[in-house]
Amino acid sequence: MNDPPAASASSSPPPSGRDLVACPGCDTLYARRSVRRGESAWCPTCGERLYGRPALTPEHLMGLVIAALITFLIASAWPIVEIRLQGIRNATTLSGAALALWQEGRRIVAALVFLTTQVIPLCDLLLVLAALVGARQGRGQGAAPAWAAVALRLLLHLRPWGMIEVFTLGIAVGLVKLSTMAHIVPGVALWAFGALTVLLAAILSFDLRSLWDAPLPAGTDAVPPPPSAPP
Amino acid sequence: MRSQPAPDPAPPAAAPPLRACEAGLIACSICGTVSRAEPEGMPPGAEARCPTCATPLEARRPDSLARTWALLLAAAILYIPATTLPIMVRSSLWGNGQETIMGGVVYFWTSGSQGLAILIFSVSILIPLLKMASLAVLAASVSLGRPGTRWRMGLYRLIEFIGRWSMLDVFVVALMVALVRFRTVAEIEAGPAAAAFGAVVVLTMLATHAFDPRLMWDKPGSSSR
Ligand SMILES: [Zn+2]
Ligand SMILES: [Zn+2]
Repeated sequence: MNDPPAASASSSPPPSGRDLVACPGCDTLYARRSVRRGESAWCPTCGERLYGRPALTPEHLMGLVIAALITFLIASAWPIVEIRLQGIRNATTLSGAALALWQEGRRIVAALVFLTTQVIPLCDLLLVLAALVGARQGRGQGAAPAWAAVALRLLLHLRPWGMIEVFTLGIAVGLVKLSTMAHIVPGVALWAFGALTVLLAAILSFDLRSLWDAPLPAGTDAVPPPPSAPP
Repeated sequence: MRSQPAPDPAPPAAAPPLRACEAGLIACSICGTVSRAEPEGMPPGAEARCPTCATPLEARRPDSLARTWALLLAAAILYIPATTLPIMVRSSLWGNGQETIMGGVVYFWTSGSQGLAILIFSVSILIPLLKMASLAVLAASVSLGRPGTRWRMGLYRLIEFIGRWSMLDVFVVALMVALVRFRTVAEIEAGPAAAAFGAVVVLTMLATHAFDPRLMWDKPGSSSR
């Protein structure tokens, strides 16, 4: 690390780390401002999102996560689809698909499917729950417990590898392919996967870093931002 | 989501915007708190941690460029078997056959599902290729010391977003294998390309995450590269 340029760094020491924000895309420093619910600030240098206040409250998010966990269980336990060919029926669940690949000796593919559609999405949801519980505890005590940040760190590493929505599209493509050779009966899990995709989109849109932001003053839903000239 | 005008850079206007690494500051990747890279009183060799949430602080992703190139190279090599070997092997009363990814595209095109043919071609053939090429361009721009541009940053965000969708064909195969198991009547098995293709997707995603976009904006020759 280079020595900081003395003039700029030492003449204006950072008062508190929460008053500044460094762009995650280009590392440019900005003064943090209060934003309204559902608003975000974007970096004028590189266009990356800097910070924002989610449109959903943590309580909304908690409800969504619980709904998603129930939907996830239905999507995992029930058959996705049943196909009939010459009087024979065959149905599969998600883990059944991974198992079939495993038995065939395609173990890498089986593990990849099982991890990206079962293990990681479940861990993702449980870690969001943990971060929310931690942040709620922190609001009482002034600071969120250390394990909430650990949960969030784990979550940020895991999240890109959860692929429920890709799998849902994969089901749709597979069904089109199979529809020419066999009769298809949609299963409960098919609809559950559709619903889960929508729920996850809402959950993923919540920026969990904002859990460490100061809450809005009681009674006001919005703090009017100070007028500012465009950059 | 509405956006408000971005906040003014600190310090204000006149000087070029100050960057955290130049000011000896690091932002926490979890909670966003900005703190000193080397706080006073920290024993030498100790690991700096975020004062708000105690996450270990990292100025840049470690060995970013070397890891990106290594993962890209491995992905490019595996892309060849992934697209040329069969991804599905079918045996049925009406005959046996193998299908490569391109074969699946042709099947959809000729059977009247042109939309699906274009979808599969895009996510399975085009996106991995464009992703590897784009990442190579971005990594090369850092090595050559080109200054960062919004255009390149947008490209990085795009490949970060679309990379996962390339897994589509692997999932299609998984579903078909599990469903079409009618012993003598019809049977579908995964081909060797399925594993190779999954590996290409995983490797390109790892390469994307190994690349640190902030390197594009660092001044050439600064030690944080
Ligand atoms: Zn930026
Ligand atoms: Zn932190």
